[in-house]
Amino acid sequence: MAFQYVLDQFVSLFVGGLVFGSVYALIALGYTMVYGVLQLINFAHSEVFMFGTFATVWALWLVGADATTAGVALVASLAVAMLIAMITSGGVALLLERVAYRPLLNRGAPRLIALISAIGASFVLSELMGLRGALASALGVDDVLGRYVARSRENLGLPTDRTFTVQFEVLGYGVTNKDIIIVLAALLMMIAADQFIRRTRLGRGIRAVAQDPESASLMGVNSTRVIQLTFLIGGLLAGAAATLYMLQVGLTRYNAGFLLGVKAFTAAVLGGIGNLRGALVGGLVLGVAESLGSGLFGSEWRHVVAFVLLVVILLFRPTGLLGESLGKARA
Amino acid sequence: MSDVLLEIRDLSVNYGHIEAIRDITFEVPQGSIVTLIGANGAGKSTTLKTISGLRKVRAGSIVYDGQDLAKVSPDKRVQIGISQAPEGRGIFPGMTVRENLEMGAYVRRDRSASALAPDFERVLTLFPRLDERIKQVAGTLSGGEQQMLAIGRALMARPRLLLLDEPSMGLAPMLIKQIFTIIEEINEQGTTVLLVEQNAAQALKLAHYAYLLETGEIVRSGTGAELANDPSVRAAYLGGDI
Ligand SMILES: Nc1ncnc2c1ncn2[C@@H]1O[C@H](COP(=O)(O)OP(=O)(O)OP(=O)(O)O)[C@@H](O)[C@H]1O
Ligand SMILES: [Mg+2]
Repeated sequence: MAFQYVLDQFVSLFVGGLVFGSVYALIALGYTMVYGVLQLINFAHSEVFMFGTFATVWALWLVGADATTAGVALVASLAVAMLIAMITSGGVALLLERVAYRPLLNRGAPRLIALISAIGASFVLSELMGLRGALASALGVDDVLGRYVARSRENLGLPTDRTFTVQFEVLGYGVTNKDIIIVLAALLMMIAADQFIRRTRLGRGIRAVAQDPESASLMGVNSTRVIQLTFLIGGLLAGAAATLYMLQVGLTRYNAGFLLGVKAFTAAVLGGIGNLRGALVGGLVLGVAESLGSGLFGSEWRHVVAFVLLVVILLFRPTGLLGESLGKARA
Repeated sequence: MSDVLLEIRDLSVNYGHIEAIRDITFEVPQGSIVTLIGANGAGKSTTLKTISGLRKVRAGSIVYDGQDLAKVSPDKRVQIGISQAPEGRGIFPGMTVRENLEMGAYVRRDRSASALAPDFERVLTLFPRLDERIKQVAGTLSGGEQQMLAIGRALMARPRLLLLDEPSMGLAPMLIKQIFTIIEEINEQGTTVLLVEQNAAQALKLAHYAYLLETGEIVRSGTGAELANDPSVRAAYLGGDI
């Protein structure tokens, strides 16, 4: 054990945890919203995120960002990359709903069948990305992006490798502008999503379907539209999370969604599945606990810490930290 | 505009192989209160859900204000004036009373705050209890208050045809009387009412016309008074004392 190390590095570990936790929380919102409306775990949500990470890399190539890009140009490039990642992930999420879920749910299939479909869709999406080289040569298309199609089962990195400047120091640890961008952007997105659900007419439609689908139809809420909208919002947030994740980690691969997906799902359950604010709390708690835990026991214990935490919290609070579903959540 | 607002012709609805309703035919005249009575499982709720577009028609037709509803979606049906307070109330438990009422106007074209103001006024005058609890979360309302909310919510759509599915279910006799008085008042204000009830005694007193549904088929019809005096109805549904 390394108490002294954790004490010395507390701020560093804590901020690192918040950064990862924000990414978890953004992805967790997608799980929790779809669960709230459909009582379905969208297993393929991790791949929605993964497509966002590739879109981020692709967008940065497209705008010609590289290691020399700095200042306003860098910020603008990142903003464009995030926008393209959000559109990509949102599109993948909509496609997923249309192809993997709607045909089943329209026929009244049990949720367990939809879950199998979700797992299948997750593999398909991941392998589509992992086999893009083979697919491209089979179709006879050129690799327009040079490095994109080749070595499709290996890591893909960002074209820009920025070292981030320290903005201010807290107890001897420098908080970089990257840390600030990630946490702030994630918080802003989550507040926007939360307010959308709470304050707007469409958001009220989503809550109505979550609370009583049949009554919602009687009020004239089109549940297909609501389900689409829910997938879209989840996808947009996962796309934003993907860009933030790339900013922090810099690498992705065709199966990068798996671990992040499991963590985000854990965060959603930790906070109380179906509860939007629960996803935020769950994500941040999980990120910080993981980070402190890996400082204490060594980084190879990172995932163990995450799941032990989940089990312990569910033992004492079976409905998660904030409990209550999107359905029952007040106002 | 015809004087029949709703016309059900030879309607059949299935759940898988089970026939829930079979070849039923009835009509609801403009401005009237029509009641559909029958025992548990007779097919009353299925009939109302089918009128709202939530169940698939196997055969037959539903004509509303001269228009065949076969190809009209559930949200469109609310827009053209068919609104329902479902069995078991079906309020949104996590929303406030106000938000629930706003949900009633979800598909209205004129849903600005100023357009909704007179409707809020009307509903809260009919149900002063809701006014006192406007900010309360609906899941914490009493059963009777939830029933008032369900009816009030349906009124927010400004319906021409109000479908009520067992509004007296689970309420104390005093409250049942009060709810039925309010239903009469709503009708007098110009809304046509199709009322589904197991509480036959009360429903027949109120209704201009009544139909008796038994295992998916209409077996008797007549004015409320006629059915109330029918010996077989008295024996099976009114327990002899009315
Ligand atoms: N979703 C469903 N799936 C299968 N069968 C159903 C379904 N809903 C209703 N039924 C069946 O259809 C028949 C009619 O049901 P319905 O709910 O219309 O009766 P009801 O007259 O409203 O009864 P109650 O007075 O008890 O509410 C019953 O036999 C019921 O079991
Ligand atoms: Mg019923």
